[in-house]
Amino acid sequence: MTVELEFEKPLINLRKKLDELKLITQNADVDLTDEIEKLELRLHNLEEEIYKNLEPWDRVQIARHPNRPTTLDYINYLFEDFFECHGDRTFGDDEAIVAGIAKYKGRPVTVIGHQRGKDTKENIRRNFGMPHPEGYRKALRLMFQAQKFNRPIICFIDTKGAYPGKAAEERGQSEAIARNLFEMAGLTVPIVCIVIGEGGSGGALALGVGNHIHMLENSTYSVISPEGAASILWKDATLAKKAAESMKITAQDLKQLEVIDEIIPEVKGGAHNNIKEQANLIDTVLKKSLDELSKLSKNELVQDRYQKFAKIGQYTVE
Amino acid sequence: MLRDIFSKNKKTYATIPVPSATDDVPVGIMTKCPNCKKIMFTREIEQNMKICLHCDYHFPMNAKERLSSILDENSFAEMDKELVTVNPLGFPEYVEKVEKDRRKMKMNEAVVTGTGKIEEKPVVIAVMDSFFRMGSMGSVVGEKITRAIEKADELHLPFIIFTASGGARMQEGVLSLMQMAKTSAALKRFSDHGGLIITVMTHPTTGGVSASFASLGDFNLAEPGALIGFAGKRVIEQTIHEELPEDFQTAEFQLKHGQLDAVIHRKEMRKKISLILELHHIGGVTE
Ligand SMILES: [Zn+2]
Repeated sequence: MTVELEFEKPLINLRKKLDELKLITQNADVDLTDEIEKLELRLHNLEEEIYKNLEPWDRVQIARHPNRPTTLDYINYLFEDFFECHGDRTFGDDEAIVAGIAKYKGRPVTVIGHQRGKDTKENIRRNFGMPHPEGYRKALRLMFQAQKFNRPIICFIDTKGAYPGKAAEERGQSEAIARNLFEMAGLTVPIVCIVIGEGGSGGALALGVGNHIHMLENSTYSVISPEGAASILWKDATLAKKAAESMKITAQDLKQLEVIDEIIPEVKGGAHNNIKEQANLIDTVLKKSLDELSKLSKNELVQDRYQKFAKIGQYTVE
Repeated sequence: MLRDIFSKNKKTYATIPVPSATDDVPVGIMTKCPNCKKIMFTREIEQNMKICLHCDYHFPMNAKERLSSILDENSFAEMDKELVTVNPLGFPEYVEKVEKDRRKMKMNEAVVTGTGKIEEKPVVIAVMDSFFRMGSMGSVVGEKITRAIEKADELHLPFIIFTASGGARMQEGVLSLMQMAKTSAALKRFSDHGGLIITVMTHPTTGGVSASFASLGDFNLAEPGALIGFAGKRVIEQTIHEELPEDFQTAEFQLKHGQLDAVIHRKEMRKKISLILELHHIGGVTE
């Protein structure tokens, strides 16, 4: 499925033109090599210009791209022998979160992530990657298991947020999120969190209390969606583009606010253009993180995480 | 008996200028109960711990009122009063809005923290104030609560927090979100050291505050009728296309669904907290 993003329109038009010329050269016996070369150079320059100057709203579009790789896509490329574990042992299995054990470069790890669907049918099953309390409780169950067996935990964050539903409230959405924040803070194994798409509010943070937090170049992390912010602040959801700028939600913003550790570069035009290559780019950063954290003792890991969050925030003394 | 009270008070209403009286009660002297719609002297409500004389509705309390309703007289020593908000995202009009509430409320931020005593038992206490920026949590609120928890840890005292908040402070964006993790981490450390945590959710306790420290007490208490929940009722209705029951996300609803240890009437609160403290040894820490 090809999806055209608004800011890519000039590129798409140029590519179309280029394809037409190539077709003409093939069919009619005219030599258009010069024109084609010129156009290719123009396309290259335009690509450089557009992808180097992405606005926050453009990045939101990439982060929401329907073909954007999901947790399971990356698990497939980054780990061997993934064994998925289901259920919170209390209520049910929430497929908006996948979790399990796997090998990372030969070493056992626990992998957990929000999981969107690839099509409508899968999205319904996975509730569009928006978890219920049992999803967070499943994640926590597997984090405790990781701690028991001294395995590092890798979390992939990719959700619009915790599901705002009646049943979710009845089963204690607040408590489930709060409990994860509380317990993750005390885990004695390395935790690396990677925002791969949208990091929406408390629903994202519930898998986000890591020693290291990284973000893909075109991912976002925010307290509320741009649409939500716009409708609350200016009573107008169509001002989402403006909100995306004011709210400082891009990887670049979060790096500047000293919330995240590293920005993981994306392949040209966004992760969806080459999943395998994108997985390699993640691999480099993940390996470095785990190597660094494996040097810390259990106590140091907990202290390191505590300090990381303790220093987030800005204020002054009057 | 209820009928007697109603009829007796009916006479008092007549003295209020009509017709605007029911909708536009003169600010200060009279107050209209949003629950039973009856109008009373503000002074009477204040003398009754800000509880409606007719229907028991608990009016929101500001931080000062709350502290004096819970702590022993003159026992409170405030901490970190001097911490004030900056504008980390350069958000338009944010500074002005905070300044306005600072002047109006004569306080620096939406939470007051410090040490005090409840029936002679020393505690560290934090009280959120929903009249200040709707009690929303930005960097200062998160930092003050974290420091208060760390103080409780250091002094081996129980930590009590009265929550009242609409959730995250949007103008501080992701920094506001991260305060959820920061405060929860502080509670975890304190808890691992054996510290006693009592949370009292008052109206309203929602969003990021309900999904962090408010839900993490060894004892999760609430005031009657308080709105407690994660997502907003309107957002949920729009998502599920279904009308929600009247009592949805009230303290009573949360009690029924297993999220609270008890819903406690305001007039009982000090006594009940005192009892919990007493049952946890001096200082609330099991040696
Ligand atoms: Zn009333």
